[in-house]
Amino acid sequence: MPLLSLAIWVPVAAALLVLAAGGDRNAPLQRAIALAGAVLGFVVTIPLYAGFETGVAGMQFVELRPWIEAFNVNYHLGVDGISVLFLLLNSFITILVVIAGWSVIESRVGQYYASFLMLSGVMNGVFSALDGVLFYVFFEATLIPMFIIIGVWGGPNRVYAAVKFFLYTLFGSLLMLVAVLYLYGKSGGSFAVLDWHKLPLSLAAQKWLFFGFLFAFAVKVPMWPVHTWLPDAHVEAPTGGSVVLAAIMLKLGAYGFVRFSLPILPDASRDLAWLMIALSLVAVVYIGLVALVQTDMKRLIAYSSVSHMGFVTLGFFVFNTWGVEGALVQMISHGFVSAALFLCVGVLYDRMHSRMITDYGGVVNTMPKFAALMMLFAMANSGLPATSGFVGEFMVIMGAMQKNFWLAFAAATTLVFGAAYTLWMYKRVMFGAVANARVAALKDLEPRETLVLGLLAVAVLFMGVYPLPFTEVMHASVDELLRHVAQPKL
Amino acid sequence: MKAVYLLAPLAPLAGAILAGLFGRALGRAGAHTVTIVGVLASFVASCWILADVLQGNTFNGSVYTWLTSSGVRLEIGFLIDRLSALMMVVVTFVSLMVHVYTIGYMAEDPGYQRFFAYISLFTFSMLMLVMANNFLQLFFGWEAVGLVSYLLIGFWYTRPTAIHANLKAFLVNRVGDFGFILGIGLVLAHFGSLDYTQVFGQAPALAGRTIEVLPGSGWLLLSVICICLFIGAMGKSAQFPLHVWLPDSMEGPTPISALIHAATMVTAGIFMVARMAPLYELSPTARSVVLVIGGITALSMALVALTQYDIKRVIAYSTLSQLGYMTVALGASAYSVAIFHLMTHAFFKALLFLGAGSVIIALHHEQDMRRMGGLSRTMPITYWTVLIGAISSVGIPGFAGFFSKDLIIEAARHAMIPGAGFAYVSVLLCVFVTAAYTFRMVFMAFHGLPRFDAAHPPHESPKVVTVPLVLLAIPSVFAGWLVGDFADVGSPWTFVAHGLVSPPFWLALAGIVVAYVLYRLRTDLPKRIAMRLGPLYAVVERKYGFDELYAWLFGAGARMLGTGLWKAGDQTFIDGLAVNGSARVVGWFSALASLLQSGMIYRYASAMLLGVVLMTYWFLGT
Repeated sequence: MPLLSLAIWVPVAAALLVLAAGGDRNAPLQRAIALAGAVLGFVVTIPLYAGFETGVAGMQFVELRPWIEAFNVNYHLGVDGISVLFLLLNSFITILVVIAGWSVIESRVGQYYASFLMLSGVMNGVFSALDGVLFYVFFEATLIPMFIIIGVWGGPNRVYAAVKFFLYTLFGSLLMLVAVLYLYGKSGGSFAVLDWHKLPLSLAAQKWLFFGFLFAFAVKVPMWPVHTWLPDAHVEAPTGGSVVLAAIMLKLGAYGFVRFSLPILPDASRDLAWLMIALSLVAVVYIGLVALVQTDMKRLIAYSSVSHMGFVTLGFFVFNTWGVEGALVQMISHGFVSAALFLCVGVLYDRMHSRMITDYGGVVNTMPKFAALMMLFAMANSGLPATSGFVGEFMVIMGAMQKNFWLAFAAATTLVFGAAYTLWMYKRVMFGAVANARVAALKDLEPRETLVLGLLAVAVLFMGVYPLPFTEVMHASVDELLRHVAQPKL
Repeated sequence: MKAVYLLAPLAPLAGAILAGLFGRALGRAGAHTVTIVGVLASFVASCWILADVLQGNTFNGSVYTWLTSSGVRLEIGFLIDRLSALMMVVVTFVSLMVHVYTIGYMAEDPGYQRFFAYISLFTFSMLMLVMANNFLQLFFGWEAVGLVSYLLIGFWYTRPTAIHANLKAFLVNRVGDFGFILGIGLVLAHFGSLDYTQVFGQAPALAGRTIEVLPGSGWLLLSVICICLFIGAMGKSAQFPLHVWLPDSMEGPTPISALIHAATMVTAGIFMVARMAPLYELSPTARSVVLVIGGITALSMALVALTQYDIKRVIAYSTLSQLGYMTVALGASAYSVAIFHLMTHAFFKALLFLGAGSVIIALHHEQDMRRMGGLSRTMPITYWTVLIGAISSVGIPGFAGFFSKDLIIEAARHAMIPGAGFAYVSVLLCVFVTAAYTFRMVFMAFHGLPRFDAAHPPHESPKVVTVPLVLLAIPSVFAGWLVGDFADVGSPWTFVAHGLVSPPFWLALAGIVVAYVLYRLRTDLPKRIAMRLGPLYAVVERKYGFDELYAWLFGAGARMLGTGLWKAGDQTFIDGLAVNGSARVVGWFSALASLLQSGMIYRYASAMLLGVVLMTYWFLGT
């Protein structure tokens, strides 16, 4: 069974079916199709984990068919220990997004769901593409549905945000395209990413290429200082858009580093590691402080995302197993936690139509169930042990310490900053006496919302208490990657 | 592994989950029944384990593998030895008493089930902490007790002071954890393991290793590790200058002040250092730091206790001071003495807090000692048990607190490392101050003329409150006789006899006499003394100004820095100049925006897709 193709095309097919079901008159049918498609999309990714050979470093479930033979472009898919979990994460989050939008989205329902399903399939494509062109096409194709999601179902300032998002990322990826084409020429006409891994390159060439890829990936992650599109995009995006953006789309950039920059350009990566580490630490510290003073909940969580993603890039560029595996774990955990937090804001926004912290206060009095769940996610965001948020941060700090005491020192400040901005926000929104009549009128979670947040709570706790199943699949591929990065290929 | 090892932590966890998730279905009685049964099972299991350990049956093994990376296995596992078994008994005993007491104390509270769920969860976390056989699980328990502490300080979440205090407690503890995790990182980086046995086994071989923390200066690795870990202990055990959170934590209900903020959680730092004794023994530098910090904390916090009027705050500052004692013992390499004092303190301090709680409910949530007085007649059981706690706390020979405190003073006297002299003087003077503030409290609350509202005369508390008081009073008297190690002095009797002729006893008596004179005979004097001391008194009464300093430096400072970075960095520089400022980008923006506003978003999107494809084709073609 071409499992990877199914993971990509089942959601896309479901998207087309949803669109074919007509307009808003058929909204119930469209929702049903979307949910069925999302669930099926997740089901087909399960064998990828269940059947994964943990000891194998190379690509598994490989599919290879010629696509554009004139340029030697192939439909080449495969996953290894680094990428496999992201397909599951992505497909899982898609189900939650479908449920979360169930009764919230009332206009253009079909198009809304189609965008998300399309996006889900395309992102699975990014995580499994092993052909440079295929990767590029998938990578760029993610922009369109997200652009539509923000631009159509977004807030009042959605146009500015959508365009900023689009241009920022498009500008980044154009430079990547140049790098891809250079590699094509240099490798004698191959777009196979795995061939590029073995391609000898001069240090100068590696550095140029490194910056080419860097812009594309850094914007997506986003790394400081090209992060300013993210808070705007999040603030304007509908809840589902924010969830997918934070949980999955940001990972595309981080994934790019481990699939392209590190293995193709190991010498440049080692040479420029200082820069990457510096930018990552700026993200952790600077963004941690900026997050503290945000007045808009979504903007605060968006900044928190930037800070957490700083851990990911830090982990990659310390070049040891703790760091790289920790970064991958952090990516998955952030998928759960940021999704949950954006959903929590969505729950409040659906009721009060405000994201401003000052409009709230004492929500725990009227929504105790919601308060308990959000407390869990806030703690996970602060990196509390026994939640998923701890695992990745802990591993990356361990990895940083192996390299240098002060790296770990700077990274560990997140223990204080992360807790400060998250719990201070929680305090102002949830605790205290009922702040106003609108808070007093709040209704606690509906079953649908409880289901979505409950599933994420289980995921967050499970990964915190027993992360072994997540890291086990990574070992062979990460070790191979690190061996590869350590070897010069000049 | 014996099943009873799992039973001890999991029984309270089960109780917590049941009471937490199904509290409404269980009802009040159901919730306190399941949690008390859980903690009782855990207490019985702990006693059995201690008896078993005393027969020589220790255990060190894993429960499950949490994570593997870099070939290192991080496991959840138990180390059952004398230290952990003793801690388990103390934790579960005090927890059991507090569970029972809570039935009375929280009877009127709408959050009844939630409260039981929290304190059982706390018991589970604390047991995981003390039973850990590795640094990782220690950190798990460490953070988990911090979480429950946070939830319980903010238990009455509508009170602004409570939700300020719990955030403060969490963040100050996080500063400590910051040091702690760096210590763990160093251990992992240099020892390649987080397992106690492996780390302690390798420690002597690495005793000479130095690392370059600052360029050009080699620091002893173990000293850096021990100091980093101790920063964690300073947070959790509220040592100067990370002590600021503990007095504010009194915003929580009194049972948790007894359980968490006196008897168990705050002693986690002491326990941790005692557990790490093999590492601290290799670093005199770190022990000097420990000694000095302990000495500062013991005396400075005792002085503050003299100036407070809130009965819970007096006991809280007393706790800080006693934790300072334990820290001094650690610094003086007297680890078992530190644990001994930890244990006796757990009993008499839990007793004092619960006694104070009994007074507070009797007076309808009045905590100000200026509105108490004369309670010894109306609340005899509370009075006598509190008096026992006070005598034990002061260290009158024969009572539990005496044995452990005297051993600490002796240990400080004999310590040879730098800082020992200071610590010795500090703990010795502190005996006097301790006696003075403790009996000030006793005299103000229980003696003299009643100053409370006569319309609502207090009554002795119900049995669920007084029985735990009596049960805690027993070990507050006898624990020293049973558990102390008197191999050096012969017998407890000779130790007591020696105590009667040594300076600490006379200092304690002097303290009690002073308290008697000032708060029974010449009640006008304290005000006049305070006036005479003027600014000096004000500084102590204001707790040396640390709250204001931290609020200004870290609270306002961080917000100012954050705002500055956001406005200047993100908005002005990056967005303003680099992104929006570029004329070309602005041009694009307006063009695109006008396209969008025409509602042709799909046309635009497909145009983009087409563009991408064409561009790809064009690039490929050339």
